[in-house]
Amino acid sequence: MTQINVRVDGVSYSDDVEPRTLLVHHLREQLGKVGTVVGCDTSNCGACTVHLDGVAVKSCTVLAVQADGSEVTTIEGLAQNGTLHPMQKAFHDSHGLQCGFCTPGMIMASIDLLTENPSPSETEIREGIEGNLCRCTGYQNIVRAVQQAAAEMSGTQDRTVGNGHVSLAVVDTAAAPHVAGAQS
Amino acid sequence: MIPAPFAYVRPTTIDEALQAVADGGEDVKIMAGGQSLIPVMRLRLAAPETVVDLGRVTELRGVRDDGDAIVIGAMTTHHDVLVDPLVAQHAPLIAEATETVADRQVRARGTFGGALAHADPAGDLPAVALALDAEFVVAGPGGARRTVPAADFFVDYLTTALGEGELLVEVRIPKLAGQWGMHYEKFTRVAQAWPIVAVAAVVRRENGAIAEARIGLTNMGPTPLRASAAEAALAGAAATPDGIAAAARSAAEGTSPSSDLNAQADYRQHLAQVLTRRAVTAAAGL
Ligand SMILES: Cc1cc2nc3c(=O)[nH]c(=O)nc-3n(C[C@H](O)[C@H](O)[C@H](O)COP(=O)(O)OP(=O)(O)OC[C@H]3O[C@@H](n4cnc5c(N)ncnc54)[C@H](O)[C@@H]3O)c2cc1C
Ligand code: FES
Ligand code: FES
Repeated sequence: MTQINVRVDGVSYSDDVEPRTLLVHHLREQLGKVGTVVGCDTSNCGACTVHLDGVAVKSCTVLAVQADGSEVTTIEGLAQNGTLHPMQKAFHDSHGLQCGFCTPGMIMASIDLLTENPSPSETEIREGIEGNLCRCTGYQNIVRAVQQAAAEMSGTQDRTVGNGHVSLAVVDTAAAPHVAGAQS
Repeated sequence: MIPAPFAYVRPTTIDEALQAVADGGEDVKIMAGGQSLIPVMRLRLAAPETVVDLGRVTELRGVRDDGDAIVIGAMTTHHDVLVDPLVAQHAPLIAEATETVADRQVRARGTFGGALAHADPAGDLPAVALALDAEFVVAGPGGARRTVPAADFFVDYLTTALGEGELLVEVRIPKLAGQWGMHYEKFTRVAQAWPIVAVAAVVRRENGAIAEARIGLTNMGPTPLRASAAEAALAGAAATPDGIAAAARSAAEGTSPSSDLNAQADYRQHLAQVLTRRAVTAAAGL
């Protein structure tokens, strides 16, 4: 057992861990941070993404001992006093999810992308979240959500209307004409 | 899955790291970013007795100017290589290839040295190091240093010239004099993927002709390779689409790529020719 001190979502924890414990398991099983999920065994899916000292990493591919002395932010640490982070709000507004399993990782990766590139193009967004797989949405609304959050976080108004309320997501049904037909 | 149990050591200097490796028993593994090692440990394809984590050895991080070369510390992350001004100025090929490695989370932790020491034939950086005639600075037991040229560093599948008790310290990338262009051309099927085949081209032009070309091939055999036949055909060739296309036809000569789920060997050989033509064309500025 090795003792580690990690600050997670603003709270300091001191724990004994086995060196082989993955950070994601430490977060979920020892600290109860079950908002961060595990979606694969191969470091591919990105569902487990958290911020380690402010940078997005796959917490299934970091040992808990490697995080000793570091600051971790999980999806559970984003909302402030009950107010969603602009990226969380954007995923909600734009319906950037279906089953929601990829969502915690998508949001953490997207925030990291905007930290480095506050106004990414659509291509840059798609490349920026290439480490996060979504089985449900087809990514369209995820990309829209990131665009909305980018506009909101940089203070530009191009995705907002009127009194600052965010415009409704444009749901793209063109790829599924039977859906569009059924609605009209 | 979680890895099998191991002892964990976290040195802070190169000397401590060498000592920890020497003391680590029969089956000791060095860990850099862990982005290849942790996945294989999770799948229990590796179950080392001791893991020596280089994460806190700060002297292994960073890029510096050393006169006739730039020197990249083994623990410099892919991300830090991507934003480094010396790399951008003297070896943009490295940045171009690094940008295609994995995804931003993996690039935040994975390292330049780790990717080279891992020596995966599908890894993007070994062929780049080969095309740039990089030199590998290696430290051994007691701190003794030696330098291994790229041509001798990659020995076999996942095997390098690193001996027992040795660690990779840094990689020297000689600066190029004259009118050089570079390009990395990678063929993948999906995002975030390893290359099926990729080609790193470094080309010097002189008076409208190609004076010299160095071509590194990714995933065309158990180690990265130089496309020697194509290099010879390009030396002195006209820097025209036809001249390059003719020379690129010999790009797969002497290679023995594997067949796997992604591609058959003959398809890889075809790709090597096509990608060499594209990479050299772009590197020559056409
Ligand atoms: C989802 C995913 C996708 C990926 N896609 C790509 C891709 O498209 N292209 C690509 O090239 N790579 C890809 N990679 C691998 C990535 O580039 C890794 O960063 C790299 O292979 C290993 O670097 P690391 O620092 O994490 O090394 P580690 O995993 O820590 O180590 C790798 C090996 O090198 C040895 N080693 C490391 N450092 C040293 C040293 N200083 N001295 C001696 N031995 C050392 C270790 O003992 C180990 O055997 C991918 C990885 C993942 C998880
Ligand atoms: S759980 Fe899939 S990348 Fe971490
Ligand atoms: S919403 Fe189901 S995996 Fe993305």
